[in-house]
Amino acid sequence: MIDRRQLILASGSALLLSGCDRLNGNPAFRQVLRSAEGLTMRAQRLVTDRTALAREYSEADMSPIFRSNGTRLPDTPDYARHLAERFTNYRLRVDGLVTKPLSLSLEQIRALPVRTQVTRHDCVEGWSAIGKWHGVPLGLLLKGAGLSSRARFVVFHCMDRLGGRPYYESIDLVDAFHPQTILAWGMNNRALEVPHGAPLRLRVERQLGYKHAKFVERIEAVESLAGIHGGRGGYWEDSGDYEWYAGI
Amino acid sequence: MNDPHPIAPADKRVVVQRHRLSTRLWHWLSALAVFVMLMSGMMIFNAHPRLYWGQYGANFDPAWLELPQFPGWATIPSSYDLAGARRWHLAFAWVLGASLVAYLLWSLLNGHLRRDIVPRGEELRPRHLWQDLKDHARLRFPTGADAVRYNTLQKLSYFAVILVLLPLLILSGLAMSPAMDAAWPWLLDLFMGRQSARSVHFICAALIAGFIVVHLTAVLLSGPVNEIRSMITGRFRLPRERAR
Repeated sequence: MIDRRQLILASGSALLLSGCDRLNGNPAFRQVLRSAEGLTMRAQRLVTDRTALAREYSEADMSPIFRSNGTRLPDTPDYARHLAERFTNYRLRVDGLVTKPLSLSLEQIRALPVRTQVTRHDCVEGWSAIGKWHGVPLGLLLKGAGLSSRARFVVFHCMDRLGGRPYYESIDLVDAFHPQTILAWGMNNRALEVPHGAPLRLRVERQLGYKHAKFVERIEAVESLAGIHGGRGGYWEDSGDYEWYAGI
Repeated sequence: MNDPHPIAPADKRVVVQRHRLSTRLWHWLSALAVFVMLMSGMMIFNAHPRLYWGQYGANFDPAWLELPQFPGWATIPSSYDLAGARRWHLAFAWVLGASLVAYLLWSLLNGHLRRDIVPRGEELRPRHLWQDLKDHARLRFPTGADAVRYNTLQKLSYFAVILVLLPLLILSGLAMSPAMDAAWPWLLDLFMGRQSARSVHFICAALIAGFIVVHLTAVLLSGPVNEIRSMITGRFRLPRERAR
């Protein structure tokens, strides 16, 4: 009797699970699940002031050790050369739908107005770390480059590769011009270290960690994300079906 | 739950309309959503199976709980897929949240909450609670007209799930969202940090899982066909009076 009950339970749960896995792989069902992303973004934007700030913490709240993840050391020859030259020949390009494309050295970027913020980094995996970031507001660079009114997204092209493909990320203009959205060249009162994305990484404080592109070398203003790599707006969005809107 | 309206008094046992449509709809929507949320939630937890108290918490920080990963038969999807699990979790969160809000509003307006869920003063007296506990321990389920009303432990457990655990799950879930924390900073204050909210989220989910085990056991022991039918069609056959 118990054996039979267990058998029924086991086969029942196996059926249920294989059903869930089949649904998980079904493109139409997947599209239904995906529609929640747009709903979440619109609902969150509805209740959130465009410029609502992520909480800024005191230095006493900072993580004793801020772990790194993703690429810890880009393995391309170009990056090795930049590292050996201490990024003296590194240039950040700002182009795409702008009237005055920029090419800035690290020295020039560090001379721009600085925003320092102690914020929490939330990884999609579930952990959080609090650190202090020093950088230039992205909005300043975009204004300096003369952003076109056609631009709707800002794409960050990175120097690291994962699985042979370049890392990249993108955000829309609401987040691009948010006061806490900075390109950080410093962390915890020091120059940004390699595992955290030296020489320059994005901080977009109202979204999850994978949006915070590291090793940024080019910022491109675009009208549409279609046609850029996999077309979904980011490395993890293309390769793992992670949400492009990572505010939750 | 309505007052008993006998439908077939000629039969030896009375059939009453037990659960109204709003309750039945909400029950099954929530049952589906809660199962999906629990199973996809375990997959999300597998991505970092450690829990912390406070604002931050990662691998180098002390965890108050560290578990092995949940096995594939318990998770959605069944093999490691954080992105997929998040798609399921965050889509069904809308189902769970929207149906709970609609049910709560409706039940507040039609008096279901006040009449059937919130225990009355006399029911919370120790003597009454003790009697209720003894009846449960002996598996003496209410009979006759008493079976139409929820007993006190039942009321207390439904109260805890509907008005404490589910709201806490939703709020602690929102407190894990960096955008919601910017919009509603009180979420962080309420739980005293994002990692505390993640811990509360996990504890409440575990309590919901425990509730489901007890709930299903009670359904099985008290006449599963009658109980399940009453939650589908609303019609409930009153159990025969027991010789006292």
